[in-house]
Amino acid sequence: MTSHDQFAEDLPHYALGALEGAERIALESHLRECNACRRELQQLEGDMALLSLSAAGPAPPARARQRLMSAISQEPRSRAVPRRRSWAWIPILAALIFAALSLFLWRDRETWKQRYAELQRNTQQNAAEVEHAREVMALFSGPDAMHVTLTAANVKPEPHGKALYRARDGMLMFIAGNLAPLPPQKSYELWLVPMNGAPMPAGIFKPDARGNAMVMNPPMPKGMEAKAFAVTIEPEAGSPTPTMPMVMSGAGE
Amino acid sequence: MAPEPQPTDVALVAAIRSGDQNAMAQLYDRYSGVVYGVALRVLADTGAAEDVLQDVFMQLWRNPAAFDSSRGNLGAWLAVIARHRAIDQLRKRRPETDIADVVISCEQNLENHADRSRIVEKVRGILSGMPAPQRVALEMAYFQGLSHSEISAKTGEPLGTIKTRIRTALMTLRKAFIP
Repeated sequence: MTSHDQFAEDLPHYALGALEGAERIALESHLRECNACRRELQQLEGDMALLSLSAAGPAPPARARQRLMSAISQEPRSRAVPRRRSWAWIPILAALIFAALSLFLWRDRETWKQRYAELQRNTQQNAAEVEHAREVMALFSGPDAMHVTLTAANVKPEPHGKALYRARDGMLMFIAGNLAPLPPQKSYELWLVPMNGAPMPAGIFKPDARGNAMVMNPPMPKGMEAKAFAVTIEPEAGSPTPTMPMVMSGAGE
Repeated sequence: MAPEPQPTDVALVAAIRSGDQNAMAQLYDRYSGVVYGVALRVLADTGAAEDVLQDVFMQLWRNPAAFDSSRGNLGAWLAVIARHRAIDQLRKRRPETDIADVVISCEQNLENHADRSRIVEKVRGILSGMPAPQRVALEMAYFQGLSHSEISAKTGEPLGTIKTRIRTALMTLRKAFIP
């Protein structure tokens, strides 16, 4: 006799509640795996129901009905009590949760991988741009770079400057050359001349020995539209208003 | 005039889910005789049988979701639950069977009073037609909740014989209802 046959033979006794101990535990374990035995158990429960019917007949006293109706009126709402069933669904639920979590983590991992790769690309690009800017800056301001100003033949080199300005975020870069040496305790001061109103200070600077100078990103308000830029000579600490005459000036192109 | 069709068990259970007390009363009127009869047969005590009756229908009221039509028909389900609860009470133990775990395969329509009465009479006829030792062993196991060893001790028959008698009696009952 196979173990299945033995379990099948025990099923009526299990349905009657007559199986106990290790036999009962073993059969319940078998029931979780055996569809045929589960179906047979349902059939046996049906047989038991028929057997129960043989006892039907005596009517309960009327007070039993009143007692029940009174009790349910004390609990007017049918409360949906969560079913307590066998725990066989737990492994299935756990497997589903694990599968969903795995899928989620896999997708999340893929997303993070993409983001990381993108970040890495951006970082590399930014690093390249910074390096390029550093090289440009080093070329402008480095003492080892040769600065040559080309002018028309037989014309004495004049002071000149170039301002790069973006009103949206107030970014300003100013490069000047051929500046005359300053008197003691004096500075050059750059001015932003707005569309309306008085000129605004845009940085003080002193030229190097060769007359070159640079102003990078002085503190400027955002969104200030510029009509022109100008340079004057001011006290060393700067001045709130430009002192005439202007050394040089230029309007926006 | 044709009698007004009675609502089905499924419809009444659905109404109970919505808190319909009248639906509960209808189901009680339909099946209280079955539930009470089983409990009384097991417990042989009207007060204790009333307690089981109350308990079984209160469980249905509180948790109608425990029964659904895929678990068999309601009458058969209540009959089996009633027997479980009565045996628990007889043995003064906590309920061992979760009502939501009971799944029954029963093709008999118990909703209609006439059909139910016909089936009850048929079952009684089958039982009375069985060899007495088979019927006694089956009824001792089912209505008295005795273990096979206890039946063996009471009847003086070998354990294997008791098991065989019970199994044979159940098969006889089943075969009588196979169309």
